[in-house]
Amino acid sequence: MNHVNPKWEFLGLTFNPSNILMLAVTCLIVFLIAFISTRNMKMKPTGMQNFMEWVMDFVKGIIKSNMDWKTGGRFHLLALTLIMFIFVANMLGLPFAIAYDHVLWWKSPTADPTITMTLAVMVLVLTHYYGVKMTGVKNYLLGFTKPLAFMTPLKIIEEFANTLTLGLRLYGNIYAGEILIGLLAGLATAGVGGFLGAILPAMAWQGFSIFIGTIQAFIFVMLSMVYMSHKVQTDH
Amino acid sequence: MSLDQFVLAASAGDGILDKLNTGDILATLFFFTLLMILLKKFAWGPLMGIMDQRAELIASEINEAEKSRAESAKLLEEQRALLKEARTEAQAIVENAKQQGDAQRAEIMETARAEASRLKENAAAEIANEKEKAIQAVREEFVSMSILAAEKVLGKEVSEEDNRALIEETIQKAGESR
Repeated sequence: MNHVNPKWEFLGLTFNPSNILMLAVTCLIVFLIAFISTRNMKMKPTGMQNFMEWVMDFVKGIIKSNMDWKTGGRFHLLALTLIMFIFVANMLGLPFAIAYDHVLWWKSPTADPTITMTLAVMVLVLTHYYGVKMTGVKNYLLGFTKPLAFMTPLKIIEEFANTLTLGLRLYGNIYAGEILIGLLAGLATAGVGGFLGAILPAMAWQGFSIFIGTIQAFIFVMLSMVYMSHKVQTDH
Repeated sequence: MSLDQFVLAASAGDGILDKLNTGDILATLFFFTLLMILLKKFAWGPLMGIMDQRAELIASEINEAEKSRAESAKLLEEQRALLKEARTEAQAIVENAKQQGDAQRAEIMETARAEASRLKENAAAEIANEKEKAIQAVREEFVSMSILAAEKVLGKEVSEEDNRALIEETIQKAGESR
């Protein structure tokens, strides 16, 4: 159970090659799904194209529920990539974890706080960037004094709180899921009785983890768009 | 790296860069950006393109349908007007025919009536004529019989009584024959 993470140092930067590997796998899978399902596109969609169009409309719905499409259309690609990436990342750790010599190699990349916090910070930085770009520096700064001027410190804290909760919520959910799956797997390998005892809870928890992984991907994108809409719209 | 390490690294102050997975952060950003760019080029772009194209197609189809619906409604209205016109015309024709028939019937009846009265008059005139003729004939007969009676009176020596009786008889005869 006590897996350690691999660690490489390169050019003064610290790398976790397991993370790099899983990020690459996630990107590859997402790209293949999207690439294969958008071959041979037809006016009357069939099969995978239908699915991809549904995902697209779904993300469009998320954005539309937060801001008008004229403002939010430019975030479509970002949200679409985010939801696919996080969903696939969440699913990767479910079927198995691979550890070699007590070093954990195969897991969900989103079970690592570095990655989820990176994504969260990226989203929040983007919200500030677009806030300045689309409403102007003055409106952006004035946004911190709304609805009342004395709440400005709270608004500043809120930005950091948003970042932290956005990243750690995703990390916590997925990491907890993987820990419990790991424990159940350990129970299953302990003996015949343990295997029989572990079958039912393992299956139930894996099913629940699929649910959690889906919900977390949705929540991450939803909140990203909520934060984005707070910044890019002046009439709030 | 777990959360504990993350928080510790943040609070430790020194050597953060050693403990923080700076490489992972950069790698995550790199991978995510690369994925987004590749997907935009190879998947989302074309997919959005075809979805827009479809939306356009559907919009144009709806427009087309709207147009043809309006056109068919117009045609229907036209047909209806034509039908109505034809019906009115037919009614007018029937009305006309009826009127004409009535007029013809009245004319024929008038003619017949006139013919009948003419015939009746003719008949009356003929009857009167015949009567006149008959009276004439009776008169002639009476005259000739009177003459005959006179001849008989002249040709025979009769008494006054005989003469008288004869004349009376003759007159009576004439009266009977009349």
